Amino acid sequence: MKKIKSIVLGGLLLAFTAVNAQTPEEKGLAIAIEAEQADNGWGNSSNSLTMTLKNKNGQTTVRKTHGFSLEIPGDGDMSMTVFDTPKDVKGTASMTYTHKIGDDDQWLYLPALKRVKRISSSNKSGPFMGSEFAFEDISSQEVEKFNHKYIGLVKVSGTVCYKIERYPVSKTSGYTKIIIYINKENLRPEMLNFFDRKGAKLKTLTYSGYQQYLGKYWRASEMKMVNHLNGKETLLNFENYKFNDPSITKDSFTQNSLKRVK
Amino acid sequence: MIKHFILVFIALFFSFSTVFSQEIQEEIIEEEIIEEVVFEESSIAFPSRFSWEISGNIQGDYRFFEEDGLYGGQETEYFSTIFNPEIYVEWDNSNQLIQFEGFARLNQYDIEQTHWDIRELYYQNIIENWELSVGKKQIYWGFTESNHLVNIINQDDLLEGNGVANKLGQSMIHISNYSEMGTVDVMLMRGFNPIQFPGAKGRLRPPFAVDYASTTYESEDGVDNTDFAIRWSHNFNAIDLGVSHFKGTSRTPLITSADGISFAPHYELIDQTGLELQASVGSMLWKLEAIQRKSDRKTIRAYTFGGEYTLVTKGGYDIGLLAEYNYDDRGAESITGLNDDVFAGIRIALNDEQSTSFLGGMNKDNENGTISYFVEADRRLGDSWKIKVKAFGFKDVAENEFLYLLRKDGFVELSLVKYF
Repeated sequence: MKKIKSIVLGGLLLAFTAVNAQTPEEKGLAIAIEAEQADNGWGNSSNSLTMTLKNKNGQTTVRKTHGFSLEIPGDGDMSMTVFDTPKDVKGTASMTYTHKIGDDDQWLYLPALKRVKRISSSNKSGPFMGSEFAFEDISSQEVEKFNHKYIGLVKVSGTVCYKIERYPVSKTSGYTKIIIYINKENLRPEMLNFFDRKGAKLKTLTYSGYQQYLGKYWRASEMKMVNHLNGKETLLNFENYKFNDPSITKDSFTQNSLKRVK
Repeated sequence: MIKHFILVFIALFFSFSTVFSQEIQEEIIEEEIIEEVVFEESSIAFPSRFSWEISGNIQGDYRFFEEDGLYGGQETEYFSTIFNPEIYVEWDNSNQLIQFEGFARLNQYDIEQTHWDIRELYYQNIIENWELSVGKKQIYWGFTESNHLVNIINQDDLLEGNGVANKLGQSMIHISNYSEMGTVDVMLMRGFNPIQFPGAKGRLRPPFAVDYASTTYESEDGVDNTDFAIRWSHNFNAIDLGVSHFKGTSRTPLITSADGISFAPHYELIDQTGLELQASVGSMLWKLEAIQRKSDRKTIRAYTFGGEYTLVTKGGYDIGLLAEYNYDDRGAESITGLNDDVFAGIRIALNDEQSTSFLGGMNKDNENGTISYFVEADRRLGDSWKIKVKAFGFKDVAENEFLYLLRKDGFVELSLVKYF
């Protein structure tokens, strides 16, 4: 009898531990951390971007930018983006210091005025260059910026993914909830659903054309955002991915660099 | 005792089985695909990326003044054309470059408004955290919107009729260094640009003809005085800070007349210390600019303080609400007239494909009630055109304001720009 009791107690303890380890919040966070760690160590990268805006009638408008970013261990990334087209904004550049905790810092250089302007942190919910992407969608996605909740395993376009709900910590975010589908095998994001303040599904972002760099880091060559409310779409096409450029350092992200970046 | 034990056992069993069954369920979820989603195929094709070495724009302006001018020879309608070419050359892994920006305006009537300027033409060499530039440059300092007290390096291009918004190129040697301690800029400037007022047929001008030939300088070297400026700037997370000092010939002249007929500019030597501070707190940007300007004649102090509150609407519009207060102990002697003035403004960006934006603002003098206001709007047309509308006006201008001389010069301007 005593044996049974200890087995039962032992089983109970195990079951509790198992359940505790798998609270949806903890599991969601654990997967998010695992995904972030899988992408750690990329150092720096540069790329060019073609952004195609498509309205309800299927008419398209193209914008081009190029830029580079730097991984900052222990904090969010630094990034620089230069606008190439349309021509009236050519040479306009934006510099962002992403932070794990608190608001990001962002500045814009306006070449016509030779002036650097700080962008208010509440701007992150606003559209990026008239697209369906908000600034917060394209800035670096730090784990600390969200609370997580694991939902389950789902298949997305034939790929088995972790389905995780995440809730933005910042009050100035444009979303109340984001559902992210993370590839179970290689931990790269495959799809995101964005929900607005009323809980309605606002946008869907899908990733495709993944390529692996340095034998480790997955980068999508295409990101497509569909806005379910207004019927518009934005497609981001990334090209010319380069890593390990020794000339990209912290000093590439100063006010002086922002003014002279081309 | 046994009964009690059984009860405990049953309780334990239940809790165990509940937990166990939950665990089973979790397992089932783990193994079962609960949802299947299929991507839609992309339907958009992509051209490849390319870049320009030569760029610029050509602009056509139509400016309409509602009221007849106060002074003889002034018109009510003006057509003009602007040519604004840019050339950029870089080599040595972007460590050496030449930047050129030209400017020319051809005006229908006012021959003196027809002018050209080399806005920028400089060579730059970048060595690690050092930047050395030699040539004509444009340097902008400051954060506030209604007034630009700290911004002192470049002379105003008043012929553009946009107040202090347009600047002339300034020849200089400029050394800039960046370190963990911030950015330090040092400039040595030669080749002073005297201010030019619109000519007799132009609007937004004083009533008298300026006798440029009689211009005087406090510096014995006149236009060849060497001006010196230094600035330290840094950003600490949400705070941007700048402290600067300028020593040299004032960009703003005193207009003096010995006989009341002939008016000549006089340029003093000044020492101006400037402070710029900006703090981002949530949706609010707090801004401060303050200067102290010393000349042999007098010492003046001025500041601009205010903020910009940004919000994003559900439709994706960016709205910025601006409020600033201007103080200047020169009183009405300051050319801007912003001596005890409150500014309120609104900036709206529709964030549409054509980047439609509006900016409107109003200044009110607390002492004498003088009001000046402006509205600007622009929108891209197609890929490389832009249409711009601007209106500028005054109300209840007090006689002791500099603006009193311009009180009939409210205008509406329509511009079409072609970028290449």
